[in-house]
Amino acid sequence: MVMSADLGNSSGLDRFKATYPEKFLNIGIAEQNMIGVAAGLAKEGYNVFATSFAPFIAMRSSEQIRMNLGYMEMNVKAVAIGSGVVMAFLGNSHYGIEDAAVMRAIPNLTVVCPADCAEIVKAVYAAAAHKGPMYIRLTGGPNNPIVYSDEYEFTIGKAIKLREGNDLTFIAHGTMVYESLEAAKILETEGISAAVINMHTLKPIDTTAIDSALSFSKAIVTVEEHSIIGGLGAAVAEYTAKLSKRPPQLSLGLPDAFIDAAEYRFMLTREGLVAPKIAASVGSFLKEI
Amino acid sequence: MDLERISAAARFMRTKILEVSHQCNLSAHLGGGLSMVEVMAALYTGKMRLRPEDPRWEDRDRFILSKGHGVLGYFTALLAAGLITEEKFATFQTNESDLIAHPVMNLDLGVESSNGSLGHGLSMAIGIALAAKKKAKDFKTFVLLGDGECNEGSVWEAVLSAAQLRLDNLTAIVDYNKLQSDGDSRQILDLGDLAGKFSAFGWNVCEIDGHDITAVVTALEQKFDRTAPKVIIANTVKGKGISFMENNNEWHHNRLTKANYDLAMAELGPTSA
Repeated sequence: MVMSADLGNSSGLDRFKATYPEKFLNIGIAEQNMIGVAAGLAKEGYNVFATSFAPFIAMRSSEQIRMNLGYMEMNVKAVAIGSGVVMAFLGNSHYGIEDAAVMRAIPNLTVVCPADCAEIVKAVYAAAAHKGPMYIRLTGGPNNPIVYSDEYEFTIGKAIKLREGNDLTFIAHGTMVYESLEAAKILETEGISAAVINMHTLKPIDTTAIDSALSFSKAIVTVEEHSIIGGLGAAVAEYTAKLSKRPPQLSLGLPDAFIDAAEYRFMLTREGLVAPKIAASVGSFLKEI
Repeated sequence: MDLERISAAARFMRTKILEVSHQCNLSAHLGGGLSMVEVMAALYTGKMRLRPEDPRWEDRDRFILSKGHGVLGYFTALLAAGLITEEKFATFQTNESDLIAHPVMNLDLGVESSNGSLGHGLSMAIGIALAAKKKAKDFKTFVLLGDGECNEGSVWEAVLSAAQLRLDNLTAIVDYNKLQSDGDSRQILDLGDLAGKFSAFGWNVCEIDGHDITAVVTALEQKFDRTAPKVIIANTVKGKGISFMENNNEWHHNRLTKANYDLAMAELGPTSA
């Protein structure tokens, strides 16, 4: 079953609705009820994807997600469309800047944030096969830059190293995987060798991949289209903080602020979340440490 | 006969509510537990289709305690129906017990869902009832709400939704005892004409004395022409059956001392069940 809170068409679900009308339910503009109904359907054996825009599903109904998906572990996949700041001129009411922090804090919830459209397809298939509650955070839009042009294996909870490097490691998720790869190319021209890890699963976080990055990196750089509070940077730091020997970490992300709404790329550029700016931030950081 | 069995179960449940509340020596939600006894007895020892020896039976009727603090009226009904044992029941509010102050989902004990946060149960019940429709299953779904709980906006999202989905296999019961945690519901957030509200939202409505077992059973059996969910507005008395608890909100959540336990038990008299 796929459910929407009256955002089916703008979520790109019109084709699904037309093809499988009996498997689609627009519950109305009532996200809290949507999660509860999804849980009831899941309780009776249905595999339910409940969808809305990021703040509406993750925060309007966060307590419903806590009770039904977290506490009762109902097999519901909550899908957040348009997380991050891709909603551009729609403004902060529609941005997903805190959703990963909120969802990550709920016990039993798996949190996934795919890097490009191909990985979204893989993540959705993996989610359908996965028995248990999940939050799928979709950043960017239909024209996301391509990260994966070849077939690869996607496993929930297993990070993917996309680029080898000797000096530092980028750990990114969502749209920032592509930007990190591009930033690594820029750094290479400056004689800095950067590895890139796609940490598509934010929770449970792949500590083996982090360990491997820590073993050689002079710095860890986390990059995410999310507030610097509570997201990927925090998740990595929560794990590494207890280690006595670890490289310093640069956490790049959106500021702890309701930023001025503008065109999507314009905002990412202004907030330092495009490749040249990421590379520049890393360059300065390496000089400081 | 059904009515006699249900009456006996209701007397038994009240006795057990007092026993276990006294025994655990902790505060418990007595008032709202006592107000729902007849409704729960009618469901669990009368109208619900259950197999106590097979609690996960696929075709069982489902019950969701949306007013999750009503566990005293719930666990005693599970006890009366044979879904939990006396030994299990006696563990209420003790360390490592499955039975705490709010339901924790445990299908082997007949506890369908975890509750405690208000305004969740009706939505889940809708999902269950919708699943039954989709699978052409004939089990019914029941959900008990508190009147205070109906302050929650999510309840009204769900009320709209159940009517929209024409779920005539869903019955909601509102334990309308007119008191909530801080006092008189009419002074806090008045539900006013609750039956009229549900009716306006497209539900089939029965309004009854929730302590009249004949009325409860009749309402549960009542059929309507309109394909719509049913709500039973059960007018009840918080603390029903114990004079010093009735309509006295000090007993919303309180500890039952030995002296009060003896007084209350004397009022109930001997139980035959």
